Amino acid sequence: MENNSNFEIRKPPVATTGILGWCRQHLFSNWVNSFITLLVIYFLYQLIPWFLDWSVFSADFWTNYKGELIVDRTFCSRVADPEGDHGACWAIIIVRFYQFMYGFYPSEQVWRVNLTYFLLVVALLPLLIEKIPGRKHLIKFTIAFPIVAFILLYGGFGFQIIPTNKWGGLLVTLVLGVFGIAIAFPLGILLALGRRSQLPVISMFCTLFIEFIRGVPLITLLFFGMVMLPLFLPEGLNLDGLVRVLVAVTLFQAAYMAEVIRGGLQAIPRGQYEAAQSVGLSYWQMNRKIILPQAIRISIPSIVNTSIGLFKDTTLVIIIGLLDLLGIGRGALADATWMGLSNEVYVFVALVFFIFTFSMSRYSLYLEKKLKTGINMGAD
Amino acid sequence: MSENSIISLQNVNKWFGDFQVLKDVNLEVKKKERIVVCGPSGSGKSTMIRCINRLEEHQEGKIVVDGIELTGNLKNIDSVRKEVGMVFQQFNLFPHLSVKENITLAPIWVKKMPKAEAEELAMKQLEIVKIPEQANKYPGQLSGGQQQRVAIARSLAMNPNIMLFDEPTSALDPEMIKEVLDVMVDLAEGGMTMIVVTHEMGFAKTVADRMVFMDEGKIVEEASPDKFFNNPESDRTKLFLSQILHQ
Repeated sequence: MENNSNFEIRKPPVATTGILGWCRQHLFSNWVNSFITLLVIYFLYQLIPWFLDWSVFSADFWTNYKGELIVDRTFCSRVADPEGDHGACWAIIIVRFYQFMYGFYPSEQVWRVNLTYFLLVVALLPLLIEKIPGRKHLIKFTIAFPIVAFILLYGGFGFQIIPTNKWGGLLVTLVLGVFGIAIAFPLGILLALGRRSQLPVISMFCTLFIEFIRGVPLITLLFFGMVMLPLFLPEGLNLDGLVRVLVAVTLFQAAYMAEVIRGGLQAIPRGQYEAAQSVGLSYWQMNRKIILPQAIRISIPSIVNTSIGLFKDTTLVIIIGLLDLLGIGRGALADATWMGLSNEVYVFVALVFFIFTFSMSRYSLYLEKKLKTGINMGAD
Repeated sequence: MSENSIISLQNVNKWFGDFQVLKDVNLEVKKKERIVVCGPSGSGKSTMIRCINRLEEHQEGKIVVDGIELTGNLKNIDSVRKEVGMVFQQFNLFPHLSVKENITLAPIWVKKMPKAEAEELAMKQLEIVKIPEQANKYPGQLSGGQQQRVAIARSLAMNPNIMLFDEPTSALDPEMIKEVLDVMVDLAEGGMTMIVVTHEMGFAKTVADRMVFMDEGKIVEEASPDKFFNNPESDRTKLFLSQILHQ
């Protein structure tokens, strides 16, 4: 204690703090670093203005450079005036926006889809915001959401039935992505626990299931669901095409999720199991209250990683004839009125996918941060 | 098995693979008795007490705890675990739960106690182990000694008749050993049946009713602390004592 009184408390040297200090340390610490920094700045300087010009400043939205309303490809500035300096022609997206969002869902019923999107946000709220009032009741809604969504989207209970072959665009992408992830998560947990079970029959079944599904490309599973599943079903029972695809996608995702969660389970020290057992918790209580919360916390980055992977893999359904977001885009390009505008379509589709996957990635970072603060995972 | 034994081990044998860790272990513990088990590492002392609440399975012989025989019967295992509390060398607190939640978890889920009552109980247990002010912290924010005391409180909250301690102070810094031992002495004075695996010979001398010395999976010597420390019978015990008392 006495020594401290002689010790002058100083601030860190100026050269290592602030923006200048940061730049010196991270961008220009030696000549190789400086060179790379300058090179990257040069590329960004070339790329960003060019892209902004193409996508915004010189682009057509509703009208072309002569001020005419764009109704087909010939009106696009870059088609009508190939010599001029014109950017993207977003009219293809604007004109077909409805299809991109809903496919061929009847427009007088489309409020049901919009309501479902809105309810999806409500269902996600208790997961996104921990301190939301009435969280317990909202969670109940979150659990019931898939059923509500199914009735709203498909119909029944007084709603007109909209067969799934009318669905398309973002709707199909979201249905496959959200349902696939939401159902695969609990299924994956059960498979992971099953694989580690001490009962050989359960463990063998789960291992076989996981290894089989994981060992087969998703495309194969999709074909299997489309072509072969009906052969196994009793006659007269005809599962909807989208449901068959959803089953395939969910099983595929569940197998991956199971392995991710199993990785988390393996990181939990044996002492946690023993402590839980010694205070008398049952197998399910132990897993629910002690083991899984810790295992899932460890696995969050990988869980989100596989979820993002699945969300993008849903575009594979194009091969068996479902029109998801990308499928609608390709449909638009195949149409003679809009042919040749593939840059616009693919950039748009990529942007929509990016918005969703980037949000998922941010959410995972937020979760990791939230779960780390205040809780030091190491017991020592 | 004697009439008033609360724990009885009869000819217990256990193997890890081909290696025999317990060899014909016989031990009778009476109600309110305090047993201290010592011996070199690898002598089977931890394995023995872990068999008593079935964290390890014995392969031969008979273990009876409070009239319930430990077999593959899950119901029996559950009832025994409700009777027996255990404290581990590595504390094994649940790191994602606060101190209070660590303690209330089992009363709420196993005994179906209302939450408010369980929290009251938790605070009472934390006062017994002298750290009520830490109730809302997480295990990672506590010192080793405090963590171990929370672990004791967690076990006590289930109101066990028997407490097992598996080297409770071996992972602690020397400064913190005393605070944990003090709590254990209080517990012993309160009449708890205790089996303690430890090398804290000072603690053994003040608290133990009986010393059990194990080596190579066998109980080599069982004696009162007085006889054990001053006049041990076996040469192995003498060697062990001379080594640990002259550190």
